[in-house]
Amino acid sequence: MADLNLEKGQIVAETTFSITRDSLVRYAGASGDFNPIHYRDDVATSVGLPGVLAHGMLTMGFAIQPVVDWIGDSGKVLDYQVRFTRPVLVDAVVGASVTVVAKVGSVDDDVARIDLTVTYGEQTVLGKAQARVSLA
Amino acid sequence: MNPELQGRVFEPTAPYLVGREKIREFARAVFATSPLNHDPEAARAAGYNDIVAPPTFPVVIQESTLAQLLAEPDAGIDFTRVVHGDQRFSYTRPIVAGDELTAVLTVASIKSLGGHSMVTAESTITDASGAHVVTAVSTLVVRGDE
Repeated sequence: MADLNLEKGQIVAETTFSITRDSLVRYAGASGDFNPIHYRDDVATSVGLPGVLAHGMLTMGFAIQPVVDWIGDSGKVLDYQVRFTRPVLVDAVVGASVTVVAKVGSVDDDVARIDLTVTYGEQTVLGKAQARVSLA
Repeated sequence: MNPELQGRVFEPTAPYLVGREKIREFARAVFATSPLNHDPEAARAAGYNDIVAPPTFPVVIQESTLAQLLAEPDAGIDFTRVVHGDQRFSYTRPIVAGDELTAVLTVASIKSLGGHSMVTAESTITDASGAHVVTAVSTLVVRGDE
């Protein structure tokens, strides 16, 4: 269970995810999103993209997991939102490395707002990535 | 895009029965390793009837509502120009295996911004008793001609 003596700015979780093309195919099957820009280079480049991109919803999906592991129960997530600001390009050979840092944004009685910083290379890929979690 | 779509409420989607193996499959896909997402005993010990879906699992049900929107004859949405702008889930409770879920799509707003259109689609997901489970809100950006 999470430590309830939370302070604004405190880092509660930090994890780096290694995303490969295999991850994208797995997510396509699990989610039902078979847009080929997520597994075919020729289709991605034909619509002006630099290459195959991760599904935004895959990034949103794993970015909350460090928070779930910290709080111990995904049912304690009351609200979760992100803005998709930059794509995650997934190289066929080396994949992509995406880092999630979860910080306390605010605490109000039994609810904390956790702010996520999600970076790929030197750039953030999600904006206003926030979860409200129950501390009760 | 057709501005008259704003405020339109669609027919409820066909009931979606949430399977235990589907939750496990989705959990593996989003790197969710919590025992509550995989092990029924762990989930029951935490007070749930069966394994718990990861927070973004509602996207699987939301997908069928977005398909309704894109298929609407008078919507004028070119799928190849659609970019996902933002996404939000507001939960009353988590989805668990065995839930039978129905979604109702409402087009909350349509805006134009510098040649692009932005449509905010709100999918209200309820269980078989009619109780609210989660609301999924997506903003889709439809790129204009370049």
